[in-house]
Amino acid sequence: MKIVRTAQAGTLESQDVLITVQKGKPNTGLVIELDSPSAVQYGSKIQSEIETIVMEFKIEDVHIKAIDKGALGFTIKARTEVALKRACE
Amino acid sequence: MEYVENIIGRKIPKEVNGRKLRPFRGIGMEPIPDRKTATKIRRRLPGEKKLLKSIEEAIIKSGLKDGMTISFHHHFRGGDKLMNMIFKQIAEMGIKNLTLAPSSIHPVHAPLVKYIEEGIITNIQCGVTGPVGDAISRGKLKGLLIVRSHGGRARAVEDGDCRIDVCFIGAPTADEFGNLNGVEGKQACGPLGYMVPDAQYADMVIAVTNNLVPFPCSNISINQNHVDYVVHIKNPIGDPAGIVSGTTRITRDPIRIKIARNCVKVIEASGLLKKGFSFQSGAGGISLAVTQFLGERMREKEIQGSFGMGGSTSALVQLLEEGLFKRILDVQAFDREAIRSLKDNSSHIEIGASQYANIHSSGAAVNVLDTVVLGATEVDIDFNVNVVTESDGRILHGIGGHQDTSEGAKLSIIAIPLLRGRNPVIVDRVTTVTTPGMNINVIVTDYGIALNPKSPYYRRLKRKKTIQYKTIKELRDIAYKLVGGPPDPIPFKDRIVAIIEHRDGTVLDVVRQAKDK
Amino acid sequence: MANKKTDFNFIKKTVEDVTKIRRTRLYIPGNNPAMIRNSPLFGADQIIFDLEDGVAVNQKDAARILVRNALKELDFGDTEVTVRINSVDTEFFEKDINEIIPAKPYAIVFPKAEDEKQLLDVCNQMGVVEEENNIPIGSIKVTPIIESAWGILRAENIAIACDRLVGISPGGEDLTADLGAIRTLEGEELLYIRSKLVLAARAAGIQVFDTVYTNIRDTEGLYNQTKRIVRMGFDGKACIHPCQIEPIHRAFMPSEREIERAERIVEAYTMAQKEGVGVICVDNRMIDVPVVKQSERILKRAEAAKKR
Repeated sequence: MKIVRTAQAGTLESQDVLITVQKGKPNTGLVIELDSPSAVQYGSKIQSEIETIVMEFKIEDVHIKAIDKGALGFTIKARTEVALKRACE
Repeated sequence: MEYVENIIGRKIPKEVNGRKLRPFRGIGMEPIPDRKTATKIRRRLPGEKKLLKSIEEAIIKSGLKDGMTISFHHHFRGGDKLMNMIFKQIAEMGIKNLTLAPSSIHPVHAPLVKYIEEGIITNIQCGVTGPVGDAISRGKLKGLLIVRSHGGRARAVEDGDCRIDVCFIGAPTADEFGNLNGVEGKQACGPLGYMVPDAQYADMVIAVTNNLVPFPCSNISINQNHVDYVVHIKNPIGDPAGIVSGTTRITRDPIRIKIARNCVKVIEASGLLKKGFSFQSGAGGISLAVTQFLGERMREKEIQGSFGMGGSTSALVQLLEEGLFKRILDVQAFDREAIRSLKDNSSHIEIGASQYANIHSSGAAVNVLDTVVLGATEVDIDFNVNVVTESDGRILHGIGGHQDTSEGAKLSIIAIPLLRGRNPVIVDRVTTVTTPGMNINVIVTDYGIALNPKSPYYRRLKRKKTIQYKTIKELRDIAYKLVGGPPDPIPFKDRIVAIIEHRDGTVLDVVRQAKDK
Repeated sequence: MANKKTDFNFIKKTVEDVTKIRRTRLYIPGNNPAMIRNSPLFGADQIIFDLEDGVAVNQKDAARILVRNALKELDFGDTEVTVRINSVDTEFFEKDINEIIPAKPYAIVFPKAEDEKQLLDVCNQMGVVEEENNIPIGSIKVTPIIESAWGILRAENIAIACDRLVGISPGGEDLTADLGAIRTLEGEELLYIRSKLVLAARAAGIQVFDTVYTNIRDTEGLYNQTKRIVRMGFDGKACIHPCQIEPIHRAFMPSEREIERAERIVEAYTMAQKEGVGVICVDNRMIDVPVVKQSERILKRAEAAKKR
């Protein structure tokens, strides 16, 4: 799939995450910028949850900004998927 | 560094910064010292005046020098202006290397970070919330932070572990001869209970007030015979809006309501909810709801309790005024209603920190508590509680009365949602032990209730068919499943920045410097 | 009436499907992660994740994916989970079905049900998605909401439209508007509709659930209204806030006398069954099968009241 626009999904409410998807610079691969209150203990899990979804979309260079408000995995993945869909459609 | 393991399995260094540490050995296991400390003898002859006009004059008269220990109370909470004001003066006068030992440090004291960086404050002994805790976690304090409970602090001051050279008391009302009260004046805050040990055991006591009244003032809570100088200034020592909230609202959050209802169920099932019942809870959302729901049950069952203990709130005052409790014993007030009640109602009784919670005394009020409902940042499968360090390892809260009430009360309940954001509250091992698990009886969460199998109430509660229990490990598993597994370990540096004392002065745990993100 | 396309190998509904305790059906807005996560904690018998009115039009895609993930990943324990999708006349309907069915909720709550043909079409469409995802056809149940005068008139046909149907309910707000009536606390404007739906549901052997009580502050009003619909024969009531669960459960709680009598009836019936006696009498009255069924319902409610 191809990113055609910058798109967002999610909110800044408690237990949600705001995902912003942008086209990355060529050959930068996947860049995740994570801001989370659980970064120390769950940062790596959140990163890998975002990664799995991006892999499913088979997109090369993408910049993802995640402002997390304590979201669980099901939310992180859902918001990433929707943001990517909105960016690609 | 040489270590010994304490009874709850934490490695405690034998010595830090030249300070010898005694490991925690269990409740009542540590031998008690022989005598309390004595304060310096002062003399006031007839005709001598105590009234001063400026902070500078007060600091000069106090004889404050490099390396001394000074204290303050936290009854003004988020509205305190005194501590920052005094340190500004101290900095101007070039005094350095002080040990700061107030009853608590709040986010409003963020300006102190500068004085920590400049070496004006080099050691801190108290519970810390906000930016100061953050600075300590980042290694900015040259010496150590000693974290004590309210009762532990009273003990340390009286035993001489924490000798106060100069104590500054922010007094909502004072007369010129040094009688102080907390219930009148613009900065009314309720009791001045946390400063009672300091008033009695500090070498020099200075009261600072905006509200000077003719001698003798009414409602005296700290007496003239302990107070050396009274400073009357115009500059406000506290912001009333930050000192008290209005009437504290009961939560509408259905999760917190559920937890509170379950706490009341547990208290009822324990058999303690009968005539003469006594109870303490705090000012948090769940605590307030528990107080209200307990009131409902006491009304329905026509039970009159003996006393409710404060941190007092309007919710507790309502129960007193309805006659559901005979007395309130109160060491601090959280809202205006509580202050009004303390002032007007002779059944609302002010107590000092030692009377409240000092283990080295002839009887602390916590010892006659039936039940207490407390919070936690983390609880582990051994029921050890952490209320001090956050999920990123930084020091962000004090212990308050947690250790004291949980140890003193017959039934101590921790009431918490199972997750805070994505962080599990029930874990294999808490980051820092601040209350030992042996003092915790029940954990009530939104996902279930767990009993400590070592609790004396275990069998009685387990028998009750009205409540379904889970084991603490089941709760941990639910939490881990929700968040996607156990938390990654928090990276720390080697340097020890804080010592967590048990209320008896032994060491429960140490906190190391946090690694920057 | 026959379901032509899926007659073959169709999972029929069970007695459990149409007798389960469903006193409370709690609506949870489909785009709110915190409420979705907490939804099984409030003690509702059933949760309805809402993709319809509870979600803004520009967030339909986000809610759909969030609810799908929640169904797949969260553990709801013994709480029954259903999803209210968007009505068949919207652009969202097909996408909703395609994403939600594979995540296997217990049932689809189908809004704006108009007639039996529309419902049969929907059930068939569900069957196609089930088949594509290797889910036995007919696994996922349907509870339609009837929200128009036309739909109410067809209620008895809707109730038997497809074997997926386990319960029906009226949609209070839209229905009142469609009638040109004014919504009242007493609910006289919905009296005939409620009666008719109870009749249609019982004739079809399925359950019937009442519409929401919109004033969440007025728990006593909710209790009184629930008492009334319990007397009318309803099996449950929808709710929009966790604080509405307790009053509804309280209203469904049978009295000691009802429980005691129900126990004797069920006991007498079981004995009679064993001994092959045709006629049974309790308190000098002949007891027939509907009374036994009613007694079983009362005992189930009493049992549920102990748990929640």
